[in-house]
Amino acid sequence: MNRRDFLKNSITVIAGLAVPLSALELINPRKLLAKKEGESAVRWAFLVDTQACVGCGFCVKACKTENEIPHETNITRTWVERYVITKKGKTYIDSPRGARDGFTSDRIDLNEEGHLEITGDDIEKAFFVPKLCNQCDNPACAQVCPVGATYQTSDGVVLVDRKHCIGCGYCIMACPYAVRSFHPVHKTAEKCTFCYHRITKGMKTACVDACPFGARRIGNLRDPDDPVTKTIMSGRIGVLKEEYGTKPQVYYLALSREVK
Amino acid sequence: MGSHVWRPLYIAVALIALVLVARTFLVPKDFGVHERGYMYGMHRKGNEAEWKAVTVKYRTAAYCKECHADKVESLGRTPHGIISCENCHGPALNHPDDPPTLAIDRSRALCLRCHALLTTPTSGRADIAGINPDTHNPEAECTLCHDPHNPVIRSPRDEQARLSQK
Repeated sequence: MNRRDFLKNSITVIAGLAVPLSALELINPRKLLAKKEGESAVRWAFLVDTQACVGCGFCVKACKTENEIPHETNITRTWVERYVITKKGKTYIDSPRGARDGFTSDRIDLNEEGHLEITGDDIEKAFFVPKLCNQCDNPACAQVCPVGATYQTSDGVVLVDRKHCIGCGYCIMACPYAVRSFHPVHKTAEKCTFCYHRITKGMKTACVDACPFGARRIGNLRDPDDPVTKTIMSGRIGVLKEEYGTKPQVYYLALSREVK
Repeated sequence: MGSHVWRPLYIAVALIALVLVARTFLVPKDFGVHERGYMYGMHRKGNEAEWKAVTVKYRTAAYCKECHADKVESLGRTPHGIISCENCHGPALNHPDDPPTLAIDRSRALCLRCHALLTTPTSGRADIAGINPDTHNPEAECTLCHDPHNPVIRSPRDEQARLSQK
């Protein structure tokens, strides 16, 4: 190989590598903010402050009532997880009944392994993390639906058409955040809708209204004056499982590295 | 080609035609690829309106204020002012028409959602006054001693001292 061929081949290889590198670009809220021709003027985004959450579970209770999820089932569209990290570096996570009745005891629910109580001196950190549908910009759940029952609206909310859903459960398996479940009454896939009936009427979601501590907020990413958008644009926020490439639109403040 | 080739071919063509005809009747007119494209936006457009039509149950404190302005205002001056009325009083729906009265949750379990003492040093819970539910008058209802609309029972001077300690 002469020098000319070597340089030619090198340029080809570098150009080839550059394409997948640009495809791997991580999430950028500013890109979503820019309104393109023919796009909706609204793109809903959610902001969770894990420092402010106290684990009262009022959000879970309100969500279940507002969205007609049977109170006694373990199915819930949103839930709150408690993280307890010991000084030895072990992480315990629990969410009894999705925190429908709040956290009222230091006993950590380990499912079939029973309960565990960790005393104050052994705890390094302990905090609460509310979870809900991330309304991803690349929703894996909508992509896998074989019948066109689950889809994303122009304002970025992923919904399920209960008349078209055949209950195959493919979307439930596809969601990396496990936010989908099976509705025990309708027998269709069930998920958080960002309270679509409320946000489209100018209201906030039921969980946002129920939270006394401002740990949950919702805003429009395409409105630069929206306080939620301003916080998200500050860039000092985290998202869950960024590496999956789903581009989640639920942003977290004070996100700890242990949170999955 | 002999008829043994054409006959099954006719049947196949007829079947395809049947499916296409049935499809035009069965698939809703508004089903198709919408704003988010083929990958994420294939759906029945009418379903969006169905989701928008879900009944709003929690009407927020702004709705309560239309009639109970005095209560909303006085509660707003206490630490419990941050809590939505409907968190304890239940969803308003179309109150006072339907339901005429709301079922108020006065249970101990409701108060314990925030006031059960937990060891959560790195969350907002650590700043809330907490009790051990097993030892703090376990049989009594909280409302027996505490007024949820005016929860501070300390004297103003004690409150000042508590705040200056922080």
